[in-house]
Amino acid sequence: MEAGTVSTSHTISVTVNGTTYEREVEARKLLIHFIRDDLDLTGSHIGCDTGNCGACSVIVDGILTKSCMMLAVQADGSSIETVEGLAEGDELTKLQQAFSANHALQCGYCTPGMLMSATALLRANPHPSEDEIKKGLQGNICRCTGYWNIFEAVKAASE
Amino acid sequence: MLLREVAYARPASLAEAVGLLAANDGARALAGGQTLVNVMKARAGSPDALIDLSRITELKGIDLAADGTLEIGAMTTYTELAESSEARARPILGEVCGQIADVQVRNRGTIGGNICTNDPTNHLPPLLAALGAEMTIHGAGGDRTVGAHDFFLGVYMTAVGPGELLTRIRVPAGRADGFAAVTLGVEGTCIVSAAASINGSLKVALGCVDAVPVVLEPSSEDEAAVRDAVASAGLDPPSDVHASSEYRSHLAQVLAVRAVAQAAKNRS
Repeated sequence: MEAGTVSTSHTISVTVNGTTYEREVEARKLLIHFIRDDLDLTGSHIGCDTGNCGACSVIVDGILTKSCMMLAVQADGSSIETVEGLAEGDELTKLQQAFSANHALQCGYCTPGMLMSATALLRANPHPSEDEIKKGLQGNICRCTGYWNIFEAVKAASE
Repeated sequence: MLLREVAYARPASLAEAVGLLAANDGARALAGGQTLVNVMKARAGSPDALIDLSRITELKGIDLAADGTLEIGAMTTYTELAESSEARARPILGEVCGQIADVQVRNRGTIGGNICTNDPTNHLPPLLAALGAEMTIHGAGGDRTVGAHDFFLGVYMTAVGPGELLTRIRVPAGRADGFAAVTLGVEGTCIVSAAASINGSLKVALGCVDAVPVVLEPSSEDEAAVRDAVASAGLDPPSDVHASSEYRSHLAQVLAVRAVAQAAKNRS
């Protein structure tokens, strides 16, 4: 169905990490389920499924988004970046290396969302203050680290 | 979570959107979705169809007129408003939008969605009521413009009727404004909020103490006068897990005083 027609399923075209996918999706499918189940990109996690925890954060057309708070059909025509798109092969980004070096993860469940939020933050503001880092990661919950090492990692990546 | 089956369309124009809303029983407008998608997950609401407003250019943009009046498209996101150079003409708007929820929600949530939801815990209904904003509503019969008093009708209820859409929010010039709230978490939803504006006369709007923003006109900016205005407003706020009715009444006074103090400071 075309986007302007009222229908319970639509054919959408979405570019994820540079690869374009065309799929028919039910209108009720959340973007996170499309990414994980239809595209088999399971790096983005579902934590709370209520828009609070940020584990599902992805970047949609340059805009940091919780993908459990958006329908897949809304992403038609969009370019999406997920955590799988950060590293170039085995070459981790400076931010990913900083997460490793600063022990910015324990169980790792929140890490994909943290990395996407911090990536969006550093693009908009390459040298954030500590307050700006905290504000930039406000939408992401971590239940292991107490956040401190995550802030340190983002700071290290910005230097 | 799997939502109940729902139809979807993404019209390209306002006329098309209003036509689809009128033609489909049980259709609801989808703005930023930062409330509605959760409402659908919780089955608190189950629209039969969603009319996505995200690609309608008539609902976007912020215009600043020569006299300082701002015209804000209903689909403007909190982030767009907070970063807009035009919106700095009324600094409180960006300041408050910058403290709603978190980056991701601010990136997608819209000013129109916030006030059309009219959840009493939302930041913008009392703020726009205090600023004297006017809302333009578009339907099959054309446009009509209403003030906050006629726009906010009840919890989750506004003057936007079936088959209609909020299109623009007009905010008059001014800068002597203030906002104070006690929230759930640092930038969560409000337990009680207060907005104040000194634009000729002083206006205070309280949020979360009634179904709609309670607008008061204290006799002066003095703390005693502001407290007295709130105390004699006959408030009977609801009690819930976050605050008792008595505590909300107490907060309403405290926050009104803080909002008025900020407004007075911003005047100079």
